[in-house]
Amino acid sequence: MSRQSPEIDIAKIDTATPVAPAAAAAMPLLRIEGVSKKFGSFRAVDRLSLDIKAGEFFALLGPSGCGKTTLLRMLAGFETPDEGRILLGGRDIAPVLPHERPVNMMFQNYALFPHLSVRDNIAFGLKRAGMARAAIDTRVGEMVALVKLEGMEKRRPDQLSGGQKQRVALARSLARRPKVLLLDEPLAALDKKLRESTQLELMELQRRLGMTFIVVTHDQEEAMTMANRIGVMDAGRLEQVATPRDLYEAPASRWVAQFVGDVNLFDGEVTSREQRHLTIATGDGGAIVVAEPSQPVTETAVSVAIRPEKVKLSRHGPASDAGSSQAINRFEGVVTDVSYLGGSTVYKLKLDSGAVVRSSMANAARLDIDVLSAGQRVVAWFAPDDCVVLER
Amino acid sequence: MSARRIFAQPARYGAIAPYLWMVLFFLVPFGFVLKISLSQTAIAQPPYLPVFDFSEGWTAIKAAFAQLSADNFRLLISDSLYISSYLRSLAVAITSTLILLLIGYPIAYGMARLPQRWQAIAMMLVIVPFWTSFLIRIYAWINILQHDGLLNKILLALHLVSSPVVWLSTDTAMYLGIVYSYLPFMILPLYATLSKMDPSLLEAAADLGSSPRQAFWLVTFPLSLPGVGAGALLCFIPIVGEFVIPDLLAGSGSMMIGQTLWLEFFTNKDWPVAAAAAVALLVLLVPPLLLYDRLQRRTLEGGR
Repeated sequence: MSRQSPEIDIAKIDTATPVAPAAAAAMPLLRIEGVSKKFGSFRAVDRLSLDIKAGEFFALLGPSGCGKTTLLRMLAGFETPDEGRILLGGRDIAPVLPHERPVNMMFQNYALFPHLSVRDNIAFGLKRAGMARAAIDTRVGEMVALVKLEGMEKRRPDQLSGGQKQRVALARSLARRPKVLLLDEPLAALDKKLRESTQLELMELQRRLGMTFIVVTHDQEEAMTMANRIGVMDAGRLEQVATPRDLYEAPASRWVAQFVGDVNLFDGEVTSREQRHLTIATGDGGAIVVAEPSQPVTETAVSVAIRPEKVKLSRHGPASDAGSSQAINRFEGVVTDVSYLGGSTVYKLKLDSGAVVRSSMANAARLDIDVLSAGQRVVAWFAPDDCVVLER
Repeated sequence: MSARRIFAQPARYGAIAPYLWMVLFFLVPFGFVLKISLSQTAIAQPPYLPVFDFSEGWTAIKAAFAQLSADNFRLLISDSLYISSYLRSLAVAITSTLILLLIGYPIAYGMARLPQRWQAIAMMLVIVPFWTSFLIRIYAWINILQHDGLLNKILLALHLVSSPVVWLSTDTAMYLGIVYSYLPFMILPLYATLSKMDPSLLEAAADLGSSPRQAFWLVTFPLSLPGVGAGALLCFIPIVGEFVIPDLLAGSGSMMIGQTLWLEFFTNKDWPVAAAAAVALLVLLVPPLLLYDRLQRRTLEGGR
């Protein structure tokens, strides 16, 4: 009896070596082509295209209801796309039923079988693949060691803590050595400390196994920590696909700039363009000088985005030698709010022009003599290179 | 202990209530029945001897105790009438429970998978027969099943049979009546377990390579076993003691223990033998009851 599907290479026990032939480099492991999914008249996923390479740790990031989980469920086969194609290793997987796909999923609520022990939960998928008993035992042993659950094999899910359940779910979904592992909010149920250590463990695991991970999360910090690339989704579409750094430092739209991290946005119009610098007159009265972006700005109505930690703050402004540069954007205003966060302090300012600006300053020294407090007049400044010009 | 202190600790003493109920409405009446089962028939009022008379003093009560004997229980064993009605009761209860499971499980499964809105309606449909008196419903079945009843009329009109079929006073009619009457008791606990089940478990099973059929047998069915046990025992236990349905729908050939009991009690006026039969029935039902209790406890522990 050979129920074993060819995709699941059961005989391959050693973990490290992912198969990477030359052809695979050209063709992405997973290609999503114009995929849509409608629920009634609501388009959960809207003509979305995306390529994911083998060995990537990819994160789908977005607010709840943006369609990221629907997309993941289409990859697993629990939902069928209304249009478009999903190619895995160049093969259209639309006709492949969930239980025949070389893809495994780790569920948000873990979905552990409550009537089975940890061992039997992990062995479940291996038995279905028709693996030999001895091989199953070996594999389960490996998986248990991988997620550090030695000695827990006989326990039932209800005898485990949240973190242990999460590990069992992970081991169970990894046991079949899927080509792609889908993780639906894998850490959402864990507390903050455990979540942070588990993030690192997941990254380490993914690197060691050389597997392709696609994780769905609404937590941008989690996505930025773990993923090589992030796809930011909103209303069923991908707003931007980029590395964590590019997503933060070069957001493609106002929406992405606001969704990922904290940002100050100024709406304005381009008034002059000289020596790779643009001058933008903002509605709030001040003019901001920004570095000309590599992609030329075609419209005059733009927004300027500046991250709070790039807005410097002091009572007297920048030291005179640095301040001599005319390219510095310098504003005066009053501190209205101070939030001490430990590693940094966030100041809210009301500029004389009326605009509200947030500035985040690292608390680099334990004892800061120059503490700013609410009601104080200050000078805020930022460099043209730190601004991002976005079309409105 | 003062009354004030008792009322000051309602939580602790509240735990007594169910035990008090048990003692008052189960243990004390059962004591009466047990005592009657150890007595002898008499043409008297009440129709058995001895009668405890507490006004006669301690020696009279001791004498009355001496008169008690297990003769009636010996009769139950020696007379094949009782053994055969016990066995028939068990056979009918087991068969009916199996039929009920085979019919009830798919219905409960289907109900649990309906859209939420429809589940409430389906639940109503299952419960609606309870709005009509049980006896009237059984009489309605007599009407349907009798010689010139609805069923025969339909069969004749469709030319499926050439002459009326004898339905009434057969085991078929009895099983029909039992299955019809007890179906809600099978469906409801099954539905309760099946509708509670997390649908993502089936997705996980599919994700790990189970076909829908495998997923059912490996996940859904084992997880529904507490419901199966509850439904089966909820039907099995009362069916063993069932009296009305076999009396009205089955033939007079062989009797279930409930019918035998009724006969002893009302026709033969032999209260002690009837009481002994009732005690024996209870003893017979203890093992399945204990089983039910253990199953329940295990699910409770599993839920922790």
